[in-house]
Order: sequence, then structure tokens, then C-alpha cells
Amino acid sequence: MTTLVYCGHCGREAIDGNHDDCRQALTMEPPRYCDQCRRRMIVQVHPMGWSARCSVHGGLSSERP
Amino acid sequence: MNDILEVAREQVLERGIGLSQEQLVEVLRSPDEMLDDLLALAHEVRVKWCGEEVEVEGIISLKTGGCPEDCHFCSQSGQFTSPVRAVWLNIPELVAAAKETAATGATEFCIVAAVRGPDARLMSQVKAGIEAINAAVEINIACSLGMLTQEQVDELKAMGVHRYNHNLESARSYFGDVVTTHSFEERWATCLMVRESGMELCCGGLVGMGESLEQRAELAAQLAELEPHEVPLNFLNPRPGTPFGDMEIMAGKDALRTIAAFRLAMPRTVLRYAGGRELTLGDLGTREGLLGGINAVIVGNYLTTLGRPATADLDLLADLKMPVKELQKTL
Ligand code: SF4
Ligand SMILES: [Zn+2]
Ligand SMILES: [Zn+2]
Repeated sequence: MTTLVYCGHCGREAIDGNHDDCRQALTMEPPRYCDQCRRRMIVQVHPMGWSARCSVHGGLSSERP
Repeated sequence: MNDILEVAREQVLERGIGLSQEQLVEVLRSPDEMLDDLLALAHEVRVKWCGEEVEVEGIISLKTGGCPEDCHFCSQSGQFTSPVRAVWLNIPELVAAAKETAATGATEFCIVAAVRGPDARLMSQVKAGIEAINAAVEINIACSLGMLTQEQVDELKAMGVHRYNHNLESARSYFGDVVTTHSFEERWATCLMVRESGMELCCGGLVGMGESLEQRAELAAQLAELEPHEVPLNFLNPRPGTPFGDMEIMAGKDALRTIAAFRLAMPRTVLRYAGGRELTLGDLGTREGLLGGINAVIVGNYLTTLGRPATADLDLLADLKMPVKELQKTL
């Protein structure tokens, strides 16, 4: 289990301020920043899901139905 | 107060003639107390002139981000500090997306690229993509690849593209506040070429970008003039980093009045819910719009943001007893 260092939505440090709106936003869009290193990820959205990949920390994806 | 509804009933419902720009302004200015009657009339118009069926479509981004244009609402412009990175989808993923879309019962699959217009590389990717999709699944293929030359229109037609999307985005009088890297007239020219080609023209726009009600009516009237087969209606979803990123989300009632106005401007068009409805309308508003003039939806996700799960929309259509349009088999 890795701890989340950065916010996947806004890219700021997770402990820097309040990310409630970001968490809300992440129900309607994929994360854009890697939560380990805050690099912008390569994100692809499909009709039924999405995938996001950091060049250093690898990929995340929604579950395919 | 109800004059405009009476006029619309006689003119649009009975005779199938869309409202003029001035009449649309009246519709958009109508009070909240009139909204239910307005939506009910727009629904009657839709059922009379289009039928009960709802057209279901899925969309996919073939080339995301890095666009040279500066449409102020768009997270895919390379001119803003948007977090969306440029990326291309490969053909196997494109085919997988088409199959996922067809599995929902959708009849339309639209391939979209964030470009000013297609170059040779994009055209050849699209050609290869269409061939691969056609070999794998039965679905109508639409494209949205920006501004076209006549040669490109002909090429896409020859590839079997059945519908082409190119939005006006906003009214002519407001366009310069939304886009500075190309003109309304350039967009209009592509739309005309597409329509002449025999491909179906899909042409819509966005509302909630700071335009006046008069300009919203103007957009509907300008779309009506083009007589598109389909009109996708987007509500601004303010994207971080874009010039419109801090705009307010449009009020649900204004969005519903806009839906009704578009239907009363274009009684026969396929009027599609495109982006932003989740934010602007929510679940209840989505249902009201489907009972207020909308007769097409995008299922699942959008190009860079997520939509409601496809099942939520399909269940809603079943609940409303609205049949999903089936694929017309070509003989
Ligand atoms: S042309 Fe299309 S992709 Fe490019 S900035 Fe405008 S809306 Fe976005
Ligand atoms: Zn955040
Ligand atoms: Zn990383």
C-alpha cells in the first residue's frame, strides 16, 4: 500500500489544503496527476472506462464492466 | 403570457415549422411557472415529428489533447495550462471501444480527434480504424476531425463515414469571444460541404459560456438554417486551466428551457444530450430533458470526462418506455 502524496485531480500536495472538491471531481473525471510524483499522466477515456499511466509509476484504470 | 406556447403549438406542432430567432428569445425568457408546459409541448413536437425512438451513441477520442486551436471551453487545446496530455489511441483499443459501444445497443460510434483539421497521418489512421471496426462489429461510424477540405470530405465519404460532426460551437455574434484561431465562417463552410456530400451532418454547440439569451436563440436559429440531421447540445463543463474554467455551471431550468427552445427551432432533428448534462441537470433533469425535446444520448463517457454509467441511461429509457433506435440494415 503506497500513501497518496499528491492529489490526482489538482496535482497539489495531498496535505496542502482541502481536496473535497477534487474528490468530488474525481467521480466525474479520471485523475490527471500521478499521486506519487505529480507528473501529468497519459490518460485515455473509453466509453465504459478509463486508463491513466505515469511514465515512472505505471498505470491505473477503472474496472472494465 | 402563454402566447408563445400557443403560437408554437400551432406553428411547430401542427405544421412542423420551427420557431424564428425572435420567437426563440421569447421561449428562453419564459418564466419558471411555464417550464412544465413548455417541456410538455417540446416533447409532443419531438414525438410527432421524430417518433418515440431514442438514438444511442458512443464516442471515443482517437487523438486527445495538443490541439493548436484555442476554443476557450476546451481542455484539449494545447494553448492553455490544462492537465490533459496529448495521446493517440491505437487501433485495437479503438475496436474494443466500438464493441463496448455496440454492446449497449448503440447504433452510432463517433471517432473524434482534437485537431484543427485532419492531416494525412490522421486520415490514414481513421481509414485503418474504420476498416478494423467494420470487420469486427456492426455499427454506424461517425467522425469528428475538425475542418475539412473538399478532398477530405470526399475521402471520408468513400471510407463509409455515415455522419460527420462539426459544431458551430456558439452563435456567430459570440464566436469571437469563444475562439480566435479560426472563424465561424470556416466552420460553416465545412458544415455545408459535409451536407452536400450526402454524409449526415451533425452540428451543434455549447451553451452556458456567458452568451446572452438572444445569442442562445441566435445559435439555435443558425443551426436550424443548416438543417443538420443531428444537433448535439452541450452545457459548459468549466475545465480547469481553460479561459472558461471559472465560469458558473448553468442553472438547470435554463438548460431545460434551452432544450425545449432547440426542439421548437428544429422539430425534425435528432437532438442529442452531449457533454455537461450530469453537472447541469443531474439525474432528475436528465429525465426532464428526455421528456422535453431530447431524442438522443451519448452513453458512457465523453472524450476526457466521465458520463453516467451506460446502464443508468438505458434503464432510464426503459423506465420512460422510450425504445432505443435500432441499426438500419443496408440491403
Ligand atoms: S478545435 Fe476542437 S479540440 Fe481543438 S481546441 Fe477547439 S474544440 Fe478543442
Ligand atoms: Zn486536489
Ligand atoms: Zn508517478
